[in-house]
Amino acid sequence: MSSHATFREVNQVRRKVDGIGLVTGTALYTDDYDVHEMLSAKVLRSPHPHARIKAIDASRARALKGVHAVLTWRDVPRIIITEAGQGYPEPSPYDKFILDNKVRFVGDEVAVVAAETTAIALQALALIKVTYEELPAVFDPRDSMKKGAPVLHDEPEWKIPIPVEMDPKKNLCGRADVTIGDMPKGFAAADLVLEREYENQYAQHVANEPHTTISYLDPNNRLIIVTSTQVPFHVRRIVARALDLPIKRIRVIKPRIGGGFGSKQDIVTEPLAAALTMATGRPVRLQLTREETFTSSRTRHQTIIRLKTGIKKDGTLTAIEMDALQNAGPYGTHGLTVLTNTGSKILPLFRCENVRFNAWSVYTNLSQGGAYRGYGGTQSGFAMNIQMDEMARAIGMDLPALYKKLHIRKGEGSPVFAALGEGAEGHPMTIGSCGLSACIDIVAREIGWAGKRNNPGTGRLRRGIGMAVLMQGSSIPKIDMASCSIKMNDDGSFNLLCGATDIGTGSDTVMAKIAAEVLGVGTSDVIVFSSDTDITPFDVGAYASSTTYLSGMAAKRCAEKVADQIRAVAAEMLEEDAKGIVLRDGKAAGSKGEVTLGQVGLRSLYEKDQHQIAAFASAYSDQSPPPFAAHAVEVEVDTGTGRVRIIRYITATDCGTAINPLLCEGQVEGALLNGISYAMAERFIYNEKGRLLNASFGTYGVYFTRDLPEIRTFLVPTYEPSGPFGAKSIAEVNINGPLPAISNAIFDAVGIRLRKPPYTPETVFMALRGRKEK
Amino acid sequence: MKYALNINGRPHPVEAAPGEILLDVLRREGYKGAKFGCGQGFCGACTVLIDGQPVNSCLQLVGLVEGRTITTIEGVGSVSKLHPIQDAYLDAGAVQCGYCTPGMVLATKALLDRSPDPTEEEIKRCLDGNYCRCTGYVKIIDAVKLAAKRRNGTR
Ligand code: FES
Ligand code: FES
Repeated sequence: MSSHATFREVNQVRRKVDGIGLVTGTALYTDDYDVHEMLSAKVLRSPHPHARIKAIDASRARALKGVHAVLTWRDVPRIIITEAGQGYPEPSPYDKFILDNKVRFVGDEVAVVAAETTAIALQALALIKVTYEELPAVFDPRDSMKKGAPVLHDEPEWKIPIPVEMDPKKNLCGRADVTIGDMPKGFAAADLVLEREYENQYAQHVANEPHTTISYLDPNNRLIIVTSTQVPFHVRRIVARALDLPIKRIRVIKPRIGGGFGSKQDIVTEPLAAALTMATGRPVRLQLTREETFTSSRTRHQTIIRLKTGIKKDGTLTAIEMDALQNAGPYGTHGLTVLTNTGSKILPLFRCENVRFNAWSVYTNLSQGGAYRGYGGTQSGFAMNIQMDEMARAIGMDLPALYKKLHIRKGEGSPVFAALGEGAEGHPMTIGSCGLSACIDIVAREIGWAGKRNNPGTGRLRRGIGMAVLMQGSSIPKIDMASCSIKMNDDGSFNLLCGATDIGTGSDTVMAKIAAEVLGVGTSDVIVFSSDTDITPFDVGAYASSTTYLSGMAAKRCAEKVADQIRAVAAEMLEEDAKGIVLRDGKAAGSKGEVTLGQVGLRSLYEKDQHQIAAFASAYSDQSPPPFAAHAVEVEVDTGTGRVRIIRYITATDCGTAINPLLCEGQVEGALLNGISYAMAERFIYNEKGRLLNASFGTYGVYFTRDLPEIRTFLVPTYEPSGPFGAKSIAEVNINGPLPAISNAIFDAVGIRLRKPPYTPETVFMALRGRKEK
Repeated sequence: MKYALNINGRPHPVEAAPGEILLDVLRREGYKGAKFGCGQGFCGACTVLIDGQPVNSCLQLVGLVEGRTITTIEGVGSVSKLHPIQDAYLDAGAVQCGYCTPGMVLATKALLDRSPDPTEEEIKRCLDGNYCRCTGYVKIIDAVKLAAKRRNGTR
């Protein structure tokens, strides 16, 4: 089946299945849980970028009335963990203790307090006396591996559970070096060789809901953790390890989540809250302040990319050499995998026989890197697309034409897929669907490419247009697993339980629609419950653009098993062969007649050969089919002030079959505006001591409605043969476009190349001035 | 101290310290639709209407709102009967994680009560205090327009 016209639920517009609770404010997020006698937790954080804790005196804090526990590194198990919420064994170094006697950035955890009120907890923090021995710090990743650089991780327990190259003595926490083809030959064959350096800035996810965890002991003395997470099953496993508890003693409940974007793919607040509950026996609530989400949760990895490319006059790419130096911050969560994805999420996009990717992830004493929507693809998509623009101009070829000549197509593979995976080698893959050429045509037409390119006008305000093309993946091949269960009720409705973690993405709706399509019922006949480690089957969680593709595949398979069971019962009722029975419109219809699913449900539960119609299914993939996208943007540059205004921004995305078109567009637009504000304004400003100076909404740079440019969103249907009903993912890819597309548009307007965002008025103004002086 | 608050059209006496933040008091009293996002007046997740005007309840002292009418999201619609603005948010695809949604819906209500047929500029200006990371605002603005259109169509 490949025709969208045959779909009845999938690809149709439906309301979000969990929408009513969200619009009425009745859906419960973590902080909305009322737990009796709950204590409030607060974290004491390091004022120093790098220091050893010589002594901690918590006696006065402990003596304060209303304080129930103060935990320092002496009071928690000394077990090395990684806080990266990844599959086991994690490709991130084990370089963290719940609390340590060393701090590695300003905002690192020193101690944690549980008290009867937040005010008392804060008072207690002020009473803890810490003596630090300050250590030299390193802030620039270029300096991290230099001889004599301060070593962040000298703890003997440090380890990496998979066989990859890392060396904490050199601050090296990730390495990749792959070569395909013959680089000297590739460069020798080029008519033009370009070498440029790009550097993206730190950024934070700024999910609306701050990280929040509630933990308590249930009547069976089990540890219950209600938490704002993207990865409930990883939380369970990692907290068990950190606290030395058996996994069976822990239950993780995912309530509604107020956005994640990667920041909640890590174990941030859970171990501290859980440790306090274990220490006090009391329910504990730990919620980060907004400031703490900036300073002490996770960030996008700053990466310095040196990109050298060779191209022929006819547009043939002869060689791509990408060096990437990534700043992992003080702990290596996701450093290695974001690093390898920096290569693997862009290099396969353009046909080229000679490719090298040579990369390092290094520790510094700045903010901690982690997963962030785009996951390396942001960093490399930025570099590659600007370089393509520059090369296209240099060889006198129109950029869309160059993109269309070079981009990978359906039926093609790339050696990069096999060479670069999640921290290690990847898996060979042939592209099963690609609508990128159509995407390029749409955005070029809608932006008015032919008339506006190279036509900035005169005077103070100049206009320019830019383009970028992108790919991501759909799940991590051969690593991610998703599963779900479906049972049938006596009215022909269904309960679908899944570990797929709806964090606002709409995945509950996606699961319901896919199951409904198979079962021949309406989306509202499938009641979805997601993510409780005691109740729902396993799923790695909401990351790597895996949910629609992989969890959706599990839903489809599971529904098919249930459909078989329904047909078997219906066959008996209709006295005909099950094979000919079709499920549609809530009925099982054969050649002799039809029965409603309600009749089937009643019979199976009450009348004859009673049994529960139900099934489990898992999905796992050796493929990660990329969604593709093309972006085009028009900007206006004020040459007097350097201010850049986005006039309009057009995207076209190929995500295969859009399971729920409105939610897909929402994913595109949310990712896009996040990408635009990142390109234009978002950044971390540190002082010389590594302290973040703009840790607030007001100073950081996120966009509000007044900043919103005209945005137009197109979905280009293709059919991905390996995906559920032809679907691929859509969550991440569009965050990667604005950095390069806007830079390219600014060049088109005023002839300056910006390779170091954000493109603030000051940056643009200085670049314009610099050019005049030359 | 006892405060005689008026919440969603009903008198609601509460026990609170005069300097207590309205958001904390509301949440303690069970009005959990008002969310904490920053506590600094930037994000609007804590929006409630005071005398019909959107206000960041995280910056409001409970002692200062006595005698004024407070509307929270719980007073706008219910799970069994959505307010037309809430219907419009769902139909326009304007809800993702939903954390901003109560504040957005309240800000929209204040806008439409005052200006039944707002321009796009007006919508953007009125929702500007309400942060949303998920949607990119495009569908939220669509939802406001849809709500306005439906309201005007049925008059
Ligand atoms: S919580 Fe009130 S404005 Fe953010
Ligand atoms: S829907 Fe998530 S912040 Fe608006």
